[in-house]
Amino acid sequence: MFGTAIIVFREVLEAALIIGIVTAATRDVPGRARWITAGLFMGLVGAGIVATFTEVISSFASGIGQELFNAIVLGIAVLMLAWHSIWMASHGAELASNARKVGANIREGRSACSILLVVVGLAVLREGSETVLFLYGIAASNGANTSAMLSGGFIGMLLAIGLGYTIYAGLLRIPMRWFFGATSALILLLAAGMASQAAKFLIQADILPSLGEALWDTSAIVSEQSLTGMLLHNLIGYDARPAGLQLLFYVLVLVCIGFGMKITQDKSISIRSKERDLQCAV
Amino acid sequence: MKYILSILLLMPAFSFASENEFVISIKDHKFEPAEIIIPAGKKIKLLVENQDSTPEEFESHELNREKIIAGNSKTTIYIGPLDAGRYPFFGEFNQETAQGAIVVK
Repeated sequence: MFGTAIIVFREVLEAALIIGIVTAATRDVPGRARWITAGLFMGLVGAGIVATFTEVISSFASGIGQELFNAIVLGIAVLMLAWHSIWMASHGAELASNARKVGANIREGRSACSILLVVVGLAVLREGSETVLFLYGIAASNGANTSAMLSGGFIGMLLAIGLGYTIYAGLLRIPMRWFFGATSALILLLAAGMASQAAKFLIQADILPSLGEALWDTSAIVSEQSLTGMLLHNLIGYDARPAGLQLLFYVLVLVCIGFGMKITQDKSISIRSKERDLQCAV
Repeated sequence: MKYILSILLLMPAFSFASENEFVISIKDHKFEPAEIIIPAGKKIKLLVENQDSTPEEFESHELNREKIIAGNSKTTIYIGPLDAGRYPFFGEFNQETAQGAIVVK
């Protein structure tokens, strides 16, 4: 039962943390609750479908379909988070200062929300499908302690959701002037971590070279199986033995999104000051 | 002549493929063989055949690999090139029994 709880906890944790952070980051975007719920629901349905077709996906592309699938799903999530970060960099301050005015701008709000839907949906899809397969295996084996194991899984799920909620509630307590900095940094690291995971799958599939199987080994300091290791892995993409390509992807995503945010931020500030000058002139 | 030449040309490719291919099967939530020995500094192709009806996840923190294998199906996992040492792996869905290791020499 305990073992089951840990496995489900680990699978659900990643999705729960992503949802917690993204939900907090978009707290002033109007109508986001509906979109997040829709993303969650679509992710769950998708997870069921992916779990059912595991064998088909795996056998695709001469046995490396699963790696390709995971890498593509992660890649889309990284792109969406990048888009979200850059969008928030130019609109975040406005949203905070004048939520109602921007709320009227439905089109822009909607594009931000559709990103949310995709990010949440993909996170649930990927982690959910593994959980579904695992629980299916337990149910199908029909052992003596099936119900105890399934309830263990349920406890693990609740614990993970609890942690996701904790990070959400914790982020909302951050004072407004640091809030955008903090959530932007978290989303940036989340995206970089996902890119590193995608790199791992591309190495496993032998599509890209590893550029060094393990650059260093910090498993003796922070094991990936420990709670700290799991949290660090999901939040900032911690890997005890990262391959060279993983580090390359990680840094590349950090630099690209960071640069994109910087550019849009500068632009929106200059536009805003121009508008202000115009108003003064009138 | 052309025929012989093509066989000669293909031969190194064939020997290369078989030399670097290793097979592990999963039965009753156990790996068989539980330990395989592979050469250091070479990339290998690991074929994992799940003979159980339930899915399993091949996972290893040391190897930095994870892959789900559906019930009654086969899959390929590329590993290495690695330094000499012992790299444990396990079946995440049945961790109590599904334990194994890759020994690199």
